[in-house]
Amino acid sequence: MKKIKRKLSIYIHIPFCIKKCNYCDFLSFPAGERERERYLGALLREIEGEAHKYKDYFVDTVFLGGGTPTVLSGKQIGRVLEELKAGFSFVGGSNIGGMAEITMEANPGTVDREKLEQCRQAGVNRLSIGAQSLRNQELALLGRIHRAEDFYQAYRWAREAGFGNINVDLMAALPGQKPEEYLETLRKAADLGPEHISAYSLIVEEGTPFYDWYGEGGGRERQEKANGYAGRGEEDSAGAGEGMPALPSEEEERLMDEWTGKILGEYGYRRYEISNYARPGYECRHNMAYWKRYDYAGFGLGAASMVGNVRWKNSADMGKYLGCMEAETVKEEVCELSIQEQMEEFMFLGLRLTEGVGKKEFYEAFGEDMASVYGKVMEKLESQGLVTDGERVRLTPYGRDVSNYVMAEFLF
Amino acid sequence: MSSIDQSKIRNFCIIAHIDHGKSTLADRIIEKTGLLTSREMQSQVLDNMDLERERGITIKAQTVRIIYRAMDGEEYIFNLIDTPGHVDFNYEVSRSLAACDGAILVVDAAQGIEAQTLANVYLALDHDLDVFPVINKIDLPSAQPQWVKDEIEDIIGLEAQDAPMISAKNGIGIEDVLEAVVKKIPAPSGSADKPLQALIFDSLYDSYKGVIVFCRIKEGRVKRGTEILMMATGAKAEVVEVGYFGPGQFIPCNELSAGMVGYITASIKNVKDTAVGDTVTDAKNPCAEPLPGYKKVNSMVFCGMYPADGAKYPDLRDALEKLQLNDAALQYEPETSVALGFGFRCGFLGLLHLEIIQERLEREYNLDLVTTAPGVIYRVYKNNGEMIELTNPANLPDPSEIAYMEEPIVSAEIMVTTEFIGSIMELCQERRGKYLSMEYMEETRALLKYELPLNEIIYDFFDALKSRSRGYASFDYDLKGYEESKLVKLDILINREEVDALSFIVHADSAYERGRKMCEKLKDEIPRHLFEIPIQAAVGGKIIARETVKAMRKDVLAKCYGGDITRKKKLLEKQKEGKKRMRQIGNVEIPQKAFMSVLKLDDK
Repeated sequence: MKKIKRKLSIYIHIPFCIKKCNYCDFLSFPAGERERERYLGALLREIEGEAHKYKDYFVDTVFLGGGTPTVLSGKQIGRVLEELKAGFSFVGGSNIGGMAEITMEANPGTVDREKLEQCRQAGVNRLSIGAQSLRNQELALLGRIHRAEDFYQAYRWAREAGFGNINVDLMAALPGQKPEEYLETLRKAADLGPEHISAYSLIVEEGTPFYDWYGEGGGRERQEKANGYAGRGEEDSAGAGEGMPALPSEEEERLMDEWTGKILGEYGYRRYEISNYARPGYECRHNMAYWKRYDYAGFGLGAASMVGNVRWKNSADMGKYLGCMEAETVKEEVCELSIQEQMEEFMFLGLRLTEGVGKKEFYEAFGEDMASVYGKVMEKLESQGLVTDGERVRLTPYGRDVSNYVMAEFLF
Repeated sequence: MSSIDQSKIRNFCIIAHIDHGKSTLADRIIEKTGLLTSREMQSQVLDNMDLERERGITIKAQTVRIIYRAMDGEEYIFNLIDTPGHVDFNYEVSRSLAACDGAILVVDAAQGIEAQTLANVYLALDHDLDVFPVINKIDLPSAQPQWVKDEIEDIIGLEAQDAPMISAKNGIGIEDVLEAVVKKIPAPSGSADKPLQALIFDSLYDSYKGVIVFCRIKEGRVKRGTEILMMATGAKAEVVEVGYFGPGQFIPCNELSAGMVGYITASIKNVKDTAVGDTVTDAKNPCAEPLPGYKKVNSMVFCGMYPADGAKYPDLRDALEKLQLNDAALQYEPETSVALGFGFRCGFLGLLHLEIIQERLEREYNLDLVTTAPGVIYRVYKNNGEMIELTNPANLPDPSEIAYMEEPIVSAEIMVTTEFIGSIMELCQERRGKYLSMEYMEETRALLKYELPLNEIIYDFFDALKSRSRGYASFDYDLKGYEESKLVKLDILINREEVDALSFIVHADSAYERGRKMCEKLKDEIPRHLFEIPIQAAVGGKIIARETVKAMRKDVLAKCYGGDITRKKKLLEKQKEGKKRMRQIGNVEIPQKAFMSVLKLDDK
């Protein structure tokens, strides 16, 4: 009997960028050509060394993320895909960009038509362009290296290079941003007609310049407080570092989020995840794999993996990664998930999706009724108006607003 | 063993203002006399508890016997008794002093005399101790040893020109100190042939030996088999072992006789039977009178202590029981709170004592505690002539039954440089202080005397004092007595429910201000819920202040990048963990630290 192969997603981490953005806490930093080439060597070695472990899998999606993968040359990106092609079987056979979803992130400031063509030739069939905003003032505040014009140019080149599946990354709740300014960016992006739009709210992460300026939580809560105290003259400096515009209030931020759904709905996009919108059939399969807990292998510095309910992460130490001859030794935090942990993940990851979590799938996965495990929690959350309970359990719009609170309830 | 030549014994202690280098000097003396090599020497040998070392304070009296070969070629026995260094432990200090014949006064060469320097010197002189000064930290760039010497002579009247000039930290001048001990501190008096009369200056509980009594033999002798009587408590026991104190260990010997400092074990089960200050005598041949100065130590500060996890109540009880074995000043009795469940009302000598017990419970017994706002004992006189000593605000009778109330008042002495006199007087005024006097110690420093209500200083008076004087003010106090006062109970309502554990007694004139600040503080402490939460302060059912915790609008994880689910889960876990540290009151979750927030009303 022929063994049925399982689906695998692959994440490739490129930890380089031209310059760190002010909000970025991802594992990424500027590097010279020599360092990039050395890294590429180590990455290819890791892929080659690991591939044989995935003989029973076919690759359904690949995601080249970063950092900025497009700081690499088209040729270098091609070599990564070649290595994957050599080591793995892909859904749809040898034409790896045929049926599999091969996404690459691109910074508008680092692409030209030739590079995009090379990538398309190499098999990349989905491009995720980090626009973030289409207002130059905002882009400058974020510390982005590109301007709005660069994005439009990159988008055009991408279409010309034959990319039929493009995502545009946008950010809301930027410093000093008024809701209508955000909506302007949103409309302009939607006008271009990309297949997919991701719209995230800015989160002020520790260790970023924004954190230094705005402090934990972005000072939004404090600002609420300052507003509450208005007239008492306390904490009037809440929320912003010197010369920095204040972050929008929570109310404004929620307004932006609400309008994102409405406006993109009018353009024919459907919200399928907390921050992701797509035209029908263009939902990002790679991201879905995370939410649905399909197996995925991550390669590169600091990349995370989950295969067969074992999670691990590669070391984030570049020296260690480069010097490593045996992939096993860069794996850290290797952890086999208990049934309980699997259930927790099933719930808090699945709830991010608009379709929610299915009771049937839960039973199939664990041989237990969701109600017997989480009945009490769901009852409470439903009474609070945060989830709807049926064949599938879903977040209500308010539940989505406070999804952390809801998800934490599913932890044991 | 041939009996020890009484004339070669020196019993002494080191007294100093906090941070003037008392424990460091003790370390050096021990090191110098060769008890420990410096390699074995952990800094501050006498501070046994981790907590003591960390905080740089001495909580329990520690004693060590050392042998010193003096310049005259003779060997001397030094009993160095390290005394607790905080006003909370004043009584313990006075008993330790009573066990000595002399004291070394350490004065910081840069700071000179401080309030506690004076308080300690007077205490030592009260006990007829021979005091000689040493000037410490002479190697500091800011040291002014001559000025300090003059100051000691002018203010205290102690001969100081030949005071040893030392740096305890760097081991400079320690020999001089040891020689001065031999020459300036008298040998103990007393006769071994008289009936036994020994002063208890500390005791601790050991799970093998039972209670170990630290004592100074004033008259007579004691050895294994002596039947002893504790004169104040009336407890009797047969001596199992006597001995003296090596560094960090007990060294048994045959007999303790007049002039000696040592320990007695007698299979005593409870430290309460061996009260500090009590006199030990021979039950069969008792001395005529106990030694003077015994008093029962009473708790001054009270608070509720509750296990964060209600199921840990028995653990908390066991832990308190064990701590009390070593700390007779710790009192506790069970109480219940609607908000917090089962716990204990605990009594302490002062706020530092409270904090220490709290930290020890958390660290040594691994307990997670919720502590309510500390209060003092109020005297409530009812219309029917009855008087209640109130330690828990929740037990305050209905106002209609109360004739009047009294609160404890302390006499406080504050030493401050003249530039800060204004702001310190202002602080005392704010805390309802009654100005008594101001004396200039010299041109730049003054000693302020105030009467202050104890409940105004148990919160953060010390911190406020430090911050308003840039650290230069020092402070000492003594309980003076009770005075009538206009007091009210301030209640806090969260989501319209009264939270008994947040109630406290406050002077009527400060009620509004405190209530308002309390609401503001709680607003910061209580996380946003799915619904709006009103926080109200009320006196006698009348709302005097209100704040609102707005409903939660947003709490979303954005990007789940590169499939790093573990990181996101950790965030959720942190959130969940945070909730575990909360107390559910009605349908509001209140963080445990909110119950202490009344303590920090004067932050900012």
